[in-house]
Amino acid sequence: MTRRVGLVLLAAALAAFLIAPDRFAPLLRPLTTNGAPAIYTQTSLLRLALSHLALVGAAVAVSTAVAVGFAIFVTRPAGRDLLPLARSVASIGQTFPPVAVLALAVPAMGFGAGPTLLALILYGLLPIFENTLAGLASVPPAVIEAARGTGMTPAQRLRAVELPLALPVILSGVRLSAIIALSTATIGSTVAARTLGEVIIAGLLSSNSAFVVQGGAVVAALALLISGLFREIERALTPAAQRPGG
Amino acid sequence: MIEVERLTRLYDGRAVVDDVTLTVDRGKIAALVGTSGSGKTTLLRMINRLVEPSSGRVRIAGEDTAAIPPHLLRRRIGYAIQDHGLFPHRTVAQNIATVPGLLGWPRRDIAARVDELLTLFQLPPAEFAGRYPHQLSGGQQQRVGVARALAARPELLLMDEPFGALDPVIRARARDDLRAIQRELGTTLIVVTHDMGEAFALGDTIAVMDGGGLLQYAPPREILTRPASDFVRDLVGAADRPFHLLALEPVAALVQPGEAPGAPVPRDLSQRDALSLCLWRGLAALPVAGGGVVTLAALERAAQGGRP
Repeated sequence: MTRRVGLVLLAAALAAFLIAPDRFAPLLRPLTTNGAPAIYTQTSLLRLALSHLALVGAAVAVSTAVAVGFAIFVTRPAGRDLLPLARSVASIGQTFPPVAVLALAVPAMGFGAGPTLLALILYGLLPIFENTLAGLASVPPAVIEAARGTGMTPAQRLRAVELPLALPVILSGVRLSAIIALSTATIGSTVAARTLGEVIIAGLLSSNSAFVVQGGAVVAALALLISGLFREIERALTPAAQRPGG
Repeated sequence: MIEVERLTRLYDGRAVVDDVTLTVDRGKIAALVGTSGSGKTTLLRMINRLVEPSSGRVRIAGEDTAAIPPHLLRRRIGYAIQDHGLFPHRTVAQNIATVPGLLGWPRRDIAARVDELLTLFQLPPAEFAGRYPHQLSGGQQQRVGVARALAARPELLLMDEPFGALDPVIRARARDDLRAIQRELGTTLIVVTHDMGEAFALGDTIAVMDGGGLLQYAPPREILTRPASDFVRDLVGAADRPFHLLALEPVAALVQPGEAPGAPVPRDLSQRDALSLCLWRGLAALPVAGGGVVTLAALERAAQGGRP
């Protein structure tokens, strides 16, 4: 309950800051030197935040579709042989630094949102893939056996039994990916993607700590809000039987 | 009528079920017994093709099951398992409605059927329909599992250790209830159990399996009095034989004219319970409701299985 109140307050504060950042200038002024501006005004913070979110949203949507799709495929009889391979591919995606992906993708895709999207998608695959595997593996064998015994086809079993039961675990993988993507997206500004990283980088270039702090704080606040939102959804979807504390 | 004909299942060249042939008449109960690894569960699972036979065939009412797509076959056959396998994210009513839903029954028919079954299994619909499996006791979960298996009025019901997860007291009641419901619905039932008492209490016929082979397939009395091999005799438990035999028949079969003191026992009391009463109270005869007595001597003769 307290957590929900905290999230609502945080959301209100973030909205207030994004809509009218100038009002918060006195708070950030102490971080500036030589009369530098306290609030980033090159681009509207609200627009940067929305474009940041859109980029993360698109990347997570693609990661989810690909990772869940592959996890389902490699747990079916037809794809079981590919499970180890799929696992290694997803792990490599996670271990390859996003910055390196950007550097490699820019010559091929040019500057802008493209390379960032690619880096975020690759980086986000593993948590969703692994969680989907874990979620599907957590369905009790007796339940699968019963689903077969009642005459469900494999597709019906997946849709009506396996996925609903695995969903909370899958969602926590999506949440993890979204949080990672939210902070990783800031580096997209180095290749001219419109993200909140722009504010942080501007602050670094002009030695203006106020910019760095406001960029970082907005990203952190977004991460907390999204994480909170996902947790609420996970809770609502978890069958009561599996919920901690009954 | 279920005809199992020369059914065999090989795993890595080893026969887990080896050339088993047996027939279960319509409306009867067959109990498959044997030690673990005897192949009884595999035999059961080949009937609804959860395991595909390596060779041999199964016919239900003359129809070869190999000719029916497995998922359609399974919708026609009820299946209940030890850990009930209820869907944890679905309510009791939704669980029971599974097969009728897959068969595309009209919504209203499904709702009526769910209510009917809940009532039959003594789970008042108003109280239980909306509950989730974890909100039920073990005995209630087991009943919902059986109700789900019976929902689409299957002609055949397969059960794998259906009472295995229940404690002994609930177990005996669940078994009696199942017997009563099976009689009422006329469903053919094949049940796997490792509990000989359960097999004798339920089975019209008993199939004793070992090492994948069928050692004996006969009515309980014959299994007890004429075991086909030493293994069958040992599995039954030589020491328990007289009690198993007495449990098969009611006292009504042994009533003879006479008078005895005390409160009369019901005619459908099992002979085993009658013997127990005689021994406990130190009586040589018990009065039976509706007139006559059953004597300790008659019970002793019955316990010898009619042998000279």
